Amino acid sequence: MKKITTPLNKNIIKSLKAGDEVLLSGIIYTARDQAHKKIVELIKNNKKMPFDLNGQVIYYCGPTATPKGKVIGSCGPTTANRMDGFVEPLLKTGVIAMIGKGGRARFVKDIIRKYKAIYFIAPSGCGALLAKKVLSKKLVGFKYLGPEAIYELQVKDFPLVVAIDSKGNDIYGKKGQGARVRGQERKEKR
Amino acid sequence: MNLRKEIEAGVAQANFVLRSDVLCLLKKAYSAEKNSKAKKALGWILDNAAIAKEEKIAICQDTGLPVIFIDVGKDVEISSSIVKDIEDAVACGYMNNYLRPSIVDPLRRGKSSYHGAISHVHFLANIKGMKITIFPKGFGSENKSRLKMFNPTAKVEEIEDFIINSVKEAGPASCPPFVIGVGVGGTSDCALLLAKRALLGKIDKPNKDKFSNDLEMRLLKKINALGIGPMGFGGRCTALAVKVKTASTHIAGLPVGVNISCHALRSASIDIKNV
Repeated sequence: MKKITTPLNKNIIKSLKAGDEVLLSGIIYTARDQAHKKIVELIKNNKKMPFDLNGQVIYYCGPTATPKGKVIGSCGPTTANRMDGFVEPLLKTGVIAMIGKGGRARFVKDIIRKYKAIYFIAPSGCGALLAKKVLSKKLVGFKYLGPEAIYELQVKDFPLVVAIDSKGNDIYGKKGQGARVRGQERKEKR
Repeated sequence: MNLRKEIEAGVAQANFVLRSDVLCLLKKAYSAEKNSKAKKALGWILDNAAIAKEEKIAICQDTGLPVIFIDVGKDVEISSSIVKDIEDAVACGYMNNYLRPSIVDPLRRGKSSYHGAISHVHFLANIKGMKITIFPKGFGSENKSRLKMFNPTAKVEEIEDFIINSVKEAGPASCPPFVIGVGVGGTSDCALLLAKRALLGKIDKPNKDKFSNDLEMRLLKKINALGIGPMGFGGRCTALAVKVKTASTHIAGLPVGVNISCHALRSASIDIKNV
């Protein structure tokens, strides 16, 4: 089990391979559907970002409300492929890693390879377990979006698996999106 | 009995405590799993359920679009205002338990709220009293719902292929291992509603209808042979169970609805004897 800490640099990312299990500590930023739409609008119009995207990790997540006495509520990953169309502008602006759940379109793998970025998956449907790995939560942008706002999370030993590495290798096989059918992978290797 | 309080408690129960039948099948899947990554994923899921229950944190941050089934028995007289009262109590339960406001206007989007649950009121001659079921339906899996209107002469194998393909398309992103709800018959809307209802019965118990039970067993075997597995890591368990419900249909048709649930299949029911 590899332990990695933010800020992630290109060397750390290069050393990680699809299928590797890692524990991430440091700062990550939540952003899902509507926040992505807004960020890309801001990029297009050359407007100021709510936070500096350069070198950052984006977590596709919309947490529940925060229960009394807790740092954060349930906070697992959401389906990543809904954000596929937003990946390139974000990586171009300097985002270096994404965390979500599920496979991604083929073109996303090409973009990840182009920018030498990385896509991790977090335990899906395990938002209570992941809440225990969050040390602090701070609102940094788009407050009116409620659970879809951007939050800065400080995490410790956040469990992740590398789903697409910087070379474009994908644990879900060439199809990415679909099921990994038994025997299919062997066929692909031939 | 204070209906409002009972419903708020039901909202908490559904979102914090994983159903015992689901937990039972998850534990079985964990014991049977040989693939180390898939076993680890199942371990996370079981740990998550324990933490959620202990700490009263939602099992999943997607606390769903609450679907409310209000089944009214033959001995009950109710006023139509009870539906709004129940919906208000569910919204309050969501807010007071720090769950996620995930409901928005479909076209304008904008700020999400706790109001807008989907209620189904059914008057049933075969039950007494009233049963209110709160079913938080997460959209990672709801987005993978499928409907197909088959020809009445279609073979059962064609229907099976359609269901298996629906699961294949759902893939790793919809939080496998799944529970697959299947509705066969009725009209298009009825087939999808049956598929959703199928998720509410005990999933660790066999179907009393032999034909449906055989279909469920065959489908489960074929779905688990897909090898998607927990979090898409492969292994033996892509689905925990398949549940089929049927209704009479038209001589010209054969609607089949598929409603997939993620591994966090959550619901809670409140039985009211004296209304």
